[in-house]
Amino acid sequence: MLGKLNWNAIPFDQPIPLAAGILVFLVLLGVLAFITVKGYIPYLWREWITSVDHKRIGIMYCLLALVMLLRGFIDALMMRSQQALAFHAPGYLPPEHYDQIFSAHGTIMIFFVAMPFIVGLMNFVVPLQLGVRDVAFPTFNSVSFWLTASGALLVNISLIIGEFAKTGWLPYPPLSELKYSPGVGVDYYLWALQIAGVGTLLAGINMVTTILKMRAPGMSYTRMPIFCWTSLASNLLIVAAFPILTAVLAMLILDRYLGFHFFTNEAGGNPMLFMNLIWVWGHPEVYILILPAFGVFSEVISTFSGKPLFGYRSMIMATMVICILSFMVWLHHFFTMGAGGDVNGFFGIATMIIAVPTGVKVFNWLLTMYGGRVRFNTPMLWSIGFMVTFVIGGMTGVLLAVPPADFVLHNSLFLVAHFHNVIIGGVLFGAFAGYNYWFPKAFGFKLDERLGKIAFWFWFIGFYVAFLPLYVLGLLGMTRRLQHYDVPQWHPWLLVAAFGALLILCGIGFQIAQLIVSIRTSDHRRDLTGDPWDGRTLEWATSSPPPSFNFAVLPNVKGEEPYWGMKLKARETMHLVTDEPQYEPIDMPRNNPTGFVTAFFAVIIGFAMIWHIWWLAVLGLAGAYATFVVFAWRDVAETEISADEVARIDRANRAIRTVVLKRRPKQ
Amino acid sequence: MNRIALDAYDPNRIGHRNDDAHDAKGHGAGGQASTRIIVGYGFWIFLLSDIIMFSAFFAGYAVLSPATAEGPSAAQLFDLNNVAIETSCLLLSSFVCGLASLAVDKQSQLWTQAALFVTGLLGLAFLLLEIHEFIGLVNQGAGPTRSAFLSAFFTLVGCHGLHITVGLLWLGTMMAQIFAKGFRQEIHYRFLCFSLFWHALDIIWVAIFSLVYLMGVIS
Amino acid sequence: MLYIFLVVALGENQISRNYLLIFVRRVTLETGLPLKNMLNQPNLVSVARQAFRCIVGIVFPLALCGCNESILSPAGPIAEAERVILLNSLTIMLAIVIPTILATLAIAWWFRASNARANYLPRWSYSGRLELIIWSIPTLVILFLGGITWIGSHDLDPALPLNSKVKPLEIDVVALDWRWLFIYPEQNIASINRLVAPVGVPVHLRITSATVFNVFFVPRIASEIYAMNGMATQLNLEVDKPGTYFGLSAHFSGDGFSDMMFDMNAVSATNFSAWADQSRKSGPILDKAAYYGLLRQSRDKEAYTYRRVQNGLFDDIVMQKLPPGDGPHTNDTREK
Repeated sequence: MLGKLNWNAIPFDQPIPLAAGILVFLVLLGVLAFITVKGYIPYLWREWITSVDHKRIGIMYCLLALVMLLRGFIDALMMRSQQALAFHAPGYLPPEHYDQIFSAHGTIMIFFVAMPFIVGLMNFVVPLQLGVRDVAFPTFNSVSFWLTASGALLVNISLIIGEFAKTGWLPYPPLSELKYSPGVGVDYYLWALQIAGVGTLLAGINMVTTILKMRAPGMSYTRMPIFCWTSLASNLLIVAAFPILTAVLAMLILDRYLGFHFFTNEAGGNPMLFMNLIWVWGHPEVYILILPAFGVFSEVISTFSGKPLFGYRSMIMATMVICILSFMVWLHHFFTMGAGGDVNGFFGIATMIIAVPTGVKVFNWLLTMYGGRVRFNTPMLWSIGFMVTFVIGGMTGVLLAVPPADFVLHNSLFLVAHFHNVIIGGVLFGAFAGYNYWFPKAFGFKLDERLGKIAFWFWFIGFYVAFLPLYVLGLLGMTRRLQHYDVPQWHPWLLVAAFGALLILCGIGFQIAQLIVSIRTSDHRRDLTGDPWDGRTLEWATSSPPPSFNFAVLPNVKGEEPYWGMKLKARETMHLVTDEPQYEPIDMPRNNPTGFVTAFFAVIIGFAMIWHIWWLAVLGLAGAYATFVVFAWRDVAETEISADEVARIDRANRAIRTVVLKRRPKQ
Repeated sequence: MNRIALDAYDPNRIGHRNDDAHDAKGHGAGGQASTRIIVGYGFWIFLLSDIIMFSAFFAGYAVLSPATAEGPSAAQLFDLNNVAIETSCLLLSSFVCGLASLAVDKQSQLWTQAALFVTGLLGLAFLLLEIHEFIGLVNQGAGPTRSAFLSAFFTLVGCHGLHITVGLLWLGTMMAQIFAKGFRQEIHYRFLCFSLFWHALDIIWVAIFSLVYLMGVIS
Repeated sequence: MLYIFLVVALGENQISRNYLLIFVRRVTLETGLPLKNMLNQPNLVSVARQAFRCIVGIVFPLALCGCNESILSPAGPIAEAERVILLNSLTIMLAIVIPTILATLAIAWWFRASNARANYLPRWSYSGRLELIIWSIPTLVILFLGGITWIGSHDLDPALPLNSKVKPLEIDVVALDWRWLFIYPEQNIASINRLVAPVGVPVHLRITSATVFNVFFVPRIASEIYAMNGMATQLNLEVDKPGTYFGLSAHFSGDGFSDMMFDMNAVSATNFSAWADQSRKSGPILDKAAYYGLLRQSRDKEAYTYRRVQNGLFDDIVMQKLPPGDGPHTNDTREK
């Protein structure tokens, strides 16, 4: 009846995961109880859970990322402390548990922190920057988000019920095959990622269509803000790469569930096929993450330097070159497989070529600051911190792309340091820059600058203290994922790295404090202008938070920096550029619970498959199909916002802007 | 697919129409596309991603097809007659699907339902033939667990079969919907997507037919 | 600047010099910058040389000083060649990375909003000339590094036999869960968890895995290479100095992964034959039955030897005529 599921699935014998799991469960229960008692549930259901508004979905994506960041970071702390303790000693985490932690850490950080953060920023910002009212398929947008959240939920369920994968964040066979990993850990991984992957794929299709087919009038390709360009590149990569992940995970599922022989040691299976396919997805994946972050930095650096982005077209070219090249380098993840000089040389050089457009980007950011008036607000600090950190990460990356150097550094802590250098220094710093930059747009008040800056410095210094030792350890021959070790030279460096992790913990603490303090004092820090940073792109043209329809009248774009152009003209004439338009009613997509219900059934299917509860899986599938039919059957898809309402909202925005215009000195 | 507003009063185009000083140059400066284009475009991109997924299965098959583990090889197993009948069913089904789109354009309930019914029937015939082939293989001891080659074969062809199954489910749902709701705007969009899907499955089948069956028999 | 750093870094290497000259000529042509003239200013060169020493002093001190386990203190020709390539590539890139970092900080600071002396150029956003330069700099660096990469990947291909007059010693390596088995086909002995090799003699290893993926790695001696079931990878190495070097699996392989450390003993040729003779006299025999015993998962770190090995055992493992490793025993209640 319940498949493999029984009371033994709950790890009563392992106090740490059990306590952690129960703690998470209690916190969750507490939050649920709180919102129920306060009567927030109808509001949340109406305005958030069933929302198809791209801004709200974007915010929920970022929230998911922040919550999962905490989970992933706790894993990181446990790993750092285990390695700091485990010199000539077993440490406090047995291998069975430690192996789950590093697998969960990698999986969570990539799929449920970096991805949702980046997707969330794109979701929130891109339609606003394009000057349109929503994404191409708003309901699918909601489905995407809830499927991603379902994947995250499944990973967290594995804390209490069963176990997580003990294979690393990419489950290389044959280790991940049923024979060597008979537990449900790998199954949790597979189903969580399949479900989240479908969500990501849908999000990618949605965003590509939005960017290519829905832009404000006059916004030609070479007038799109650079963040939209990098988002386009990133989403094209999603569309091209995620199906491969789906396929390769499906193959592993078939091996594990139906006894197929794709990657087994028996009957002609070929584990190298897995490595190739997973990295054909995996390498573009890192560019999926980093390209939008590049876009954030471009926007931030340009805004806070008070200058247009230097070499806009050159930046577009660099972005697209990276986008294409990212599919031609996957083999550098296993130079040490013995492919021979020609193959290794080719992929090594192809990898290095990516450094060219990346270098160009760095120089263009430099030249953007050159001749500017640089304001060191929190987003700008993250951006400068990124530029310094990322060139180091890029350099060590190129170093690893030299096959003879990789022969001694492959899988070492040098590699670990490298990819944290680019993922933290690039993606995460970018996400934080974007978070601080667009927060006032999303909520109408600024985040606390002082706490934000303290958080930055803790993160920045903590990062170096935590990861420079790992570079050294890599040079000392230490490989990754060791649960204990006997080499005395490694020990001091691991202690330093653990201290660095504590500094980062302080950084996270200050970020939480920043958020809480800012919310509590939000009345004082309200931004009425809708344009707190003196921005240049269209999202700053509307009020903060933007009305559900974003723009009362779609802006007519006449240049590369449409809002900046309007502002300059308005400042010259001391009069808003457009006269009050004739307001007309606007039809917006109606909120609906399709996404949430689909995700509910997805969790059921995933959980049932993990525990081999076949009837429940069939039930879940039937439910998902029924949801689809009900959604297709609806008669009213849109709600109308009356012309009066539009006029009321837009007049308020215009009034404030007129006041601000008069107040600001003419430049 | 959420936007059912007709282009004539599409609010998203207001700004465009009201602004006489529209002076954009270059490509893609014409403002938002119509809903029909957006829906079709999005679905095309989905199809491309689906084809990429198939290409991963094709790659797997290409790598594993020599790995027969001393079991039967492609040349020993494949029966081209069966495959030829399957192929004609599927291609014919696509043709009838094309006829259905003519009927949808004419908004003829009877012809639409009839054509969709035949489309589905041919699809079902294809599916049954495929299942029959699979059962035959398993009974010969050439099931997917026999060797890596057969795993890859069953997965690739089975994935296509799964798509056909989903297509049939979609087809049935849509027939019911056309019957219940008539030819609304969004039904047109959905039908457009379905026919794209159905034709794309043909393209994939042609690739399977030539790369798996024909080349398998030749080798 | 770049040129100076490169000259300082690479010193007397003639090939690199030639590369550089071509490189500088191109930069000079494309940008019109008087790069070559800068070289003729002696004090500039010496400043650069000092700066370079500082960099080296900052980046590697800790990795180099006293840490004799570092891959930067190699004990064999292969590891030595890899160290040279690693450091050369690093230096070439530092030459561009360090100025970039400094420029980032300097520009950001100088153009701070409160600095009244800084020029504000609110519309300056394009310069074809500068674009050409900023595309050229990384391109040329990569062109240069690409050459090193291409030559290096061929010269240091792990499967390439070493250039030596001495006949190489054959060793077959099998990664087990979670131990290492070293078979000496010529000596007809085998060793568990300890690799003994003569100094100054090239060693040719064939490497496979009885179970999941592993990577064979002795940090100070040779390249990493995968051990995979059903396949044999090749690795050539040589040890220069006698001593004990730690080896490990550099690819996660399950719960006992951390216990896959082994010692590599490099001994003189006479000591090696003495060890081989000694091993032939005692210890168990490695036949099929004994091999099946090894397939069971074990975190035992004990090192011991087999006095005889059944003929063709390694080939049978590679050809998958012998079954793969058992995997975990199913006594774990949580799995049932």
